[in-house]
Amino acid sequence: MVTAVLSSGDTAWMLMSTALVMLMTIPGLALFYAGLVKKETVLNTIFLSFSAYAVVSIIWFAYGYPMVFGPDVHGFIGVPGDFFFHNVVESNTLVGSIPTSVYAAYQMTFAAIAVALISGAIIGRMKFGAWMLFIPLWATFVYLPVAHWVWGGGWLAQLGVLDWAGGTVVHINSGVAALALILVLKGRKERSLLPHQLGYAIIGAGLLWFGWFGFNAGSALSAGQLAGSAFIVTNTSAAAAMLSWMLIEYLRFGKATMLGAASGIVAGLVAITPAAGFVNIPAAIVIGFVTSLVSYTAISYIKPRLGYDDALDVFGVHGFSGIWGALATGIFASPLINAAGAGLAYGNPAQLGIQAVAVAATFAYSFVATLIIAKVIDLTIGLRVTAEQEVQGLDQALHDESAYHI
Amino acid sequence: MKKIMAIVRPNKLEVIKEALDDIGCSSLTVMEVKGRGRQKGITEVYRGREYAIDLLPKLEIHIVVPDNVASKVVDTIAKAAHTGEIGDGKIFIMNVEQVVRIRTGERDHDAI
Repeated sequence: MVTAVLSSGDTAWMLMSTALVMLMTIPGLALFYAGLVKKETVLNTIFLSFSAYAVVSIIWFAYGYPMVFGPDVHGFIGVPGDFFFHNVVESNTLVGSIPTSVYAAYQMTFAAIAVALISGAIIGRMKFGAWMLFIPLWATFVYLPVAHWVWGGGWLAQLGVLDWAGGTVVHINSGVAALALILVLKGRKERSLLPHQLGYAIIGAGLLWFGWFGFNAGSALSAGQLAGSAFIVTNTSAAAAMLSWMLIEYLRFGKATMLGAASGIVAGLVAITPAAGFVNIPAAIVIGFVTSLVSYTAISYIKPRLGYDDALDVFGVHGFSGIWGALATGIFASPLINAAGAGLAYGNPAQLGIQAVAVAATFAYSFVATLIIAKVIDLTIGLRVTAEQEVQGLDQALHDESAYHI
Repeated sequence: MKKIMAIVRPNKLEVIKEALDDIGCSSLTVMEVKGRGRQKGITEVYRGREYAIDLLPKLEIHIVVPDNVASKVVDTIAKAAHTGEIGDGKIFIMNVEQVVRIRTGERDHDAI
């Protein structure tokens, strides 16, 4: 029997990766969203991400972690136990070559960003109390089960789905949840995207790109070949997607925009997330290049046609690029990069089918469960602010403060 | 006495102030304003959707001077603020009935 040994190198990298993924949410995502909204709703927008991070931090160690990674119940959920991490640290256990505490903290940051991502769709019109209630309900009833299915030995894991760092668990899940939530919440009175301070959004996009190295290279759970491989394809896909979004805009309007480039970066990072530990550089270029086409089409053609008010395009970017990334993993996964997975291009067409099942299952579950949560909140405390508060802007209406006094 | 009200590009303020200093006319008041002229603003594109940005930021400079220097001030501002492109702005000249310097109580020409 091989005894598990703690590696201080792996542990150091995973502590660093945990902090990097935390940085993606606060302030990365918070700034990315805040720059795109009107100046009367900046603090509320930032607040949504910060509060998601704080609530999930508590839930995760109170009962969340074992519901994902604990003993499996019929492939659906882990057995709750070890409440408040009781006796976990004290028993000095390892996951691979790192302490369980480090593994749990790392996974916590994924749950937190998944919830925070949803906030981009609902800005400018949701009650703060309703959001504070939505966070624990969604994290508990949607994130924990789906994370268990894919990463905790649940039914999709048993089926052999490949999801390196959360294409289904984080991005499809939160993108589809955003869609379901806004279908109940309804659209804003004024449906525009006029950034009050594009500089914030650009700093946010930069922090996301930077933090994503923790998200994807960290998902190797070790500081070795796979981490390096995931790192370079993550960067390559982001770059390819940025250039492809710029090209689309150039062909359509004759000019590239910085917001378009930033949107492409995020789309490219989303798409490579499920694939990062499985694919090589040429595949990453294809994944990145195609994903901007997918998300641009979703935002510019599908959204206006179907009429849902996805304010900052959470479904358009995370939902659509997440789906493309999950399917692309089933195409491009190379056994030469990672023996754990072979895709269609390496003679295993069945993998693409498994990926499609995972996409469909995540989409359906997230959509229906989020719809129910949204309805329950709407019928109890109400989801939406008053029309007067919406027009006034949520910073003053809900928080009695303003981002700017100039 | 004349009041000269010039609406100019915000980034031209420094050049205009220097030009006015050169002709010995340094007193002025500046306001940040927004407006539109014949060109009716511009178009910006965010995430593939076009928005008409119809009010553009400008600076409004107010100067009150004796009648005999008014045209020189107007020429100086017009020259300094000129780029030849749409959006350079406009200058309005109007009569001023009275001026009072609050600190001393001086009136009219003594007060400007």
